[in-house]
Amino acid sequence: MTDLTRLSAADLAAELSSGTVSSVEATRAHLDRIAAVDGDVHAFLHVSDHALEVAAGIDRRRSAGDALGPLAGVPLAIKDVLVTTDMPSTSGSRILEGYMSPFDATVVSRARAAGLVPLGKTNMDEFAMGSSTEHSAYGPTHNPWDLERIPGGSGGGSASAVAAFEAPLALGSDTGGSIRQPAHVTGTVGVKPTYGGVSRYGAIALASSLDQVGPVSRTVLDAGLLHDVIGGHDANDSTSLADAWPSFADAAREGARGDVLRGLRVGVIRELPDSGFQPGVSTAFRAALAAMEARGAEIVEISAPHFEYGVAAYYLILPAEASSNLAKFDSVRFGMRVNVPGGTVEDVMAATRDAGFGDEVKRRIILGTYALSAGYYDAYYGSAQKVRTLIQRDFAAAFERVDVIATPSAPTTAFKLGEKIDDPLQMYLNDVTTIPANLAGVPGISIPAGLAEEDGLPVGIQFLAPAREDARLYRVGAAVESVLVDSWGGPLLDRAPVLGGAR
Amino acid sequence: MSEITPDLVRHLGVLSRIQLSDDEIERLTGQLDVIVDNIAKVSQVATPDVPATSHPIPLENVYRADEVGATLTLAQALQNAPDAADGRFRVTAILGEEQ
Repeated sequence: MTDLTRLSAADLAAELSSGTVSSVEATRAHLDRIAAVDGDVHAFLHVSDHALEVAAGIDRRRSAGDALGPLAGVPLAIKDVLVTTDMPSTSGSRILEGYMSPFDATVVSRARAAGLVPLGKTNMDEFAMGSSTEHSAYGPTHNPWDLERIPGGSGGGSASAVAAFEAPLALGSDTGGSIRQPAHVTGTVGVKPTYGGVSRYGAIALASSLDQVGPVSRTVLDAGLLHDVIGGHDANDSTSLADAWPSFADAAREGARGDVLRGLRVGVIRELPDSGFQPGVSTAFRAALAAMEARGAEIVEISAPHFEYGVAAYYLILPAEASSNLAKFDSVRFGMRVNVPGGTVEDVMAATRDAGFGDEVKRRIILGTYALSAGYYDAYYGSAQKVRTLIQRDFAAAFERVDVIATPSAPTTAFKLGEKIDDPLQMYLNDVTTIPANLAGVPGISIPAGLAEEDGLPVGIQFLAPAREDARLYRVGAAVESVLVDSWGGPLLDRAPVLGGAR
Repeated sequence: MSEITPDLVRHLGVLSRIQLSDDEIERLTGQLDVIVDNIAKVSQVATPDVPATSHPIPLENVYRADEVGATLTLAQALQNAPDAADGRFRVTAILGEEQ
């Protein structure tokens, strides 16, 4: 019998709708896989104890002839930043240990309504602050390609869950690259939609002018199918766009079969020279560009002179917004409370926040508080907001000349757990290629580009499009994926090591 | 070099309601010094003629009719409270003795 965990979500959905496989069978296969490998991978913080009941309900509805969505019965992993009524939501923080939300995030309720079966909650850097999951209060996730290496972050749990075939689909959130950089280091696909394209209602806020929820998967089509479920206007999110979006799954299908690469103008940024990347990352990136060129794409050098200020602006804006958003953890209404005998509510609050927040969270709250202090606001936060304008102008000028921009998704392949944990600045520089999209609100996708020759680890290629042109990314991403997978003779993940001691 | 000192970090801890230990203050002082030196470069290009951008996509205020919508019940609002009594959140003293 086919190993149901190896199927793409689209293929599994086809088996489910034709009746050859039940959702209970598909869900059980993934729960068994989690039981077999998650001791090593640690992608999940919580595994649902009632996923099989949910699956059985979908099977009953299907036999009764109910009209079901295209992904009905397909299992889904959910990043722990998204609140759920039936599983704890901690955002990777000790301060929220055991927190049970009285409501579902909009993306979760839409996934449930579409018949997806939540498998569990995935690990992440605490409050999504990090690029390695090492800042999770519950221990790091391991990269399925090499268990001693980082799975990226903050959404390393969601990326590892799909890379390790523990789930065909996952939800992520991307504030500075937390969907795309984990995709890069795990050989998977991740999409950061246009700012406002997907509701953030029920996503525990990190930096509200940057956060965006998006799909995590193994194929571009699967990401499009999930994006179709979760996207669109939500009155509960005041930043939600009212646009009517096209089907992203249709865009992916069109890209995979069509000729979208012919005549496509692909911008490559002069200010991100190959010398700034690990050699194997540049080589894989250049090879992917050459494959696109061979199919008729035109590679155009563009200039984005202000991208080099992106990381600096980001690490002012993000801490400033985070220090405000995280003020809600006050030991009064929810979350941890430390007992301080004889202490005032303020003493209890300060002791609780010291005990409940990890090092990285404290670092960013202190940094944000500094950047917002009287006398510094204009020099730091004000200047960072101006850099944001300059980066938007760089994008606007570039998109007058090209249809999409391509970059390597991150500077290096997966580094060793522990390697950068004591050097916050080096950790921050991981996000140099992904941050500009969040600052400007434009959509981005990372898809596998190949393996780096020096270490055999995955490399991703990132495409960026103008705001609201998410469908373009699915067309281009699926076209490039199809060309590359053909050239490899199969998906990149087929070359990942076997997990679970069965080598 | 920036001007991050242990006293400043301690003060920022008070402002952000985090009771930092002396060890944490020492570690954060060194780390923040390096980070602030690097992010201060934003002021190089942020000239007076450049307008600030607060949100990536221009948005307008969102209004709705002034009607009660879906709200949490009292029990839901209190279900995660560390301590509650009589339908309210319960906390320790608001004011200390010297106040």
